[in-house]
Amino acid sequence: MSLRQAFTLPASQITDEAVYRERRRLLAALAMSPALGLAGCAGAEAPPPSAARPASPEQIKAGLRTNEPLTTYADVTGYNNFYEFGTGKGDPSAAAKTLRLSPWTVAVGGECAKPGKLSLEDLIKGLAPQERVYRLRCVEGWSMVIPWLGVPLADVLKRFEPTAKAKYVAFTTLADRKQMPGIAYPSISWPYREGLRIDEAMHPLTLLATGLYGKPLPQQNGAPLRLVVPWKYGFKSIKSIVAITFVERRPATAWNSLQPDEYGFFSNVNPDVDHPRWSQKTERRIAGTGSKLFAERIPTRLFNGYGEQVASLYAGMNLKTWF
Amino acid sequence: MSDAAPAAAAAPAARRAASPRKTPPGVIAAKALAHLLALTPAAILGWQVWQEFSTGQGGLGADPVAEIEHRLGLWALRFLMIALAVTPLRQLSGQAVLLRFRRLLGLYAFFYASLHFAAYLVLDLRGYWTQVFEEIAKRPYITVGFLAWLGLVPLAITSTQGMMRRLGRLWGRLHQLVYAIAVLAVLHFWWLVKSDIREPALYAGILAALLGWRLWKRLSKRPKPL
Repeated sequence: MSLRQAFTLPASQITDEAVYRERRRLLAALAMSPALGLAGCAGAEAPPPSAARPASPEQIKAGLRTNEPLTTYADVTGYNNFYEFGTGKGDPSAAAKTLRLSPWTVAVGGECAKPGKLSLEDLIKGLAPQERVYRLRCVEGWSMVIPWLGVPLADVLKRFEPTAKAKYVAFTTLADRKQMPGIAYPSISWPYREGLRIDEAMHPLTLLATGLYGKPLPQQNGAPLRLVVPWKYGFKSIKSIVAITFVERRPATAWNSLQPDEYGFFSNVNPDVDHPRWSQKTERRIAGTGSKLFAERIPTRLFNGYGEQVASLYAGMNLKTWF
Repeated sequence: MSDAAPAAAAAPAARRAASPRKTPPGVIAAKALAHLLALTPAAILGWQVWQEFSTGQGGLGADPVAEIEHRLGLWALRFLMIALAVTPLRQLSGQAVLLRFRRLLGLYAFFYASLHFAAYLVLDLRGYWTQVFEEIAKRPYITVGFLAWLGLVPLAITSTQGMMRRLGRLWGRLHQLVYAIAVLAVLHFWWLVKSDIREPALYAGILAALLGWRLWKRLSKRPKPL
């Protein structure tokens, strides 16, 4: 299925999690069966690595996947913060269907040798999508486990040959009043902006996602292109990106501009740095198919549990000062 | 009720029998209806919680605990506002009968506020009991929410006829606490939203009108200095 066809999937075609895992397991088994060999897969899309296979110890160690129970597809796509479509958790899935995903152009510029305006296809051309199973921790105190599909941001950024002046990368979300009803209310100073330090942007865990659960991203999850930075609070993982700019100075970011004492530029997940109005020590995990009435709160981990991979980025920085 | 009978040593039952003022059947019916309406949100939520518990599908969304807390809190706030609207409505309409519903409305505000607080303790903080003191002490929005609930407790306890008689003039003074409680409740809501303050602002506006009316009445009653 082409990316374009996939953008208009009816709900009836959405695979539920159990089927998804089973199908992946089958594909994995088929791919490994000697009778079929590689030729058996010719013509078929290469299946992404699979959430059905348990993550290997190496993958877990690298932070690329986790074996924690996944959040169901329905919850991942039905419980969202995407203020361009309204501030209620159900607003984006109800209102975002109208967002046109094709054609989609991303303007890449700033401190780089090869700036340009590219179609989404050209931006990620030749890069094989990888599946990453990441924890996502929202600043509001809930978390999910999501099987993303995407390419490392570093692989995309390198193509534009950032110069020595590129100390930060700034990202911008589409802000189209006609397509996004939430823009009418200034809950954010539109357009939504985010930014990363260049070493954070180039980190192997930083993903430019185009899909989840083996399918293209639904609009409410930031289609057609979003950032996923698993060790930072969810609002850093900016959705529906239309511009990527290499800059020398720290760029202005949406939540930080709105309330600088509440939302820092770094916004690394940290149980010891509370939001001024609520605690960040624990989180409610939204995962699995059972009743979530008695979902246990779990302790929040420093860098959302990705400390082994990312702590070195912040060596010598006081995380309470640089929150 | 300010027009309560003077303190009588007689047993309540005997007093009621001797009382010339019987509650008219129309008021009894209206009160029954008020109870029915006031319990409807709790019944709907109770049904959804039961569905969620037994099938995992209660229509409460991906984070049912947050939904339960939020809905109960909203109803507590709404009943508080409706209870505070009784006096202005009575003054505007001249219908003294409205006063008979004030206690009922206030007690439902306490009922929903208590369920809201219980949901927070039992469902939300599950397994983190040690956190509760820290949360109440350190989080401004939880502090004011807790204080609002705490303020409702003595009002609920002293809501009986007997208590009214016993407290006499003190009763009115004590129940003026409700104004501070309402301010705290709105503040609690205001401080927990991230950036979209439209909903809390709506309640703040309603409260400002309700308290503003009382202030204006009080100021305009004063004799003007010559």
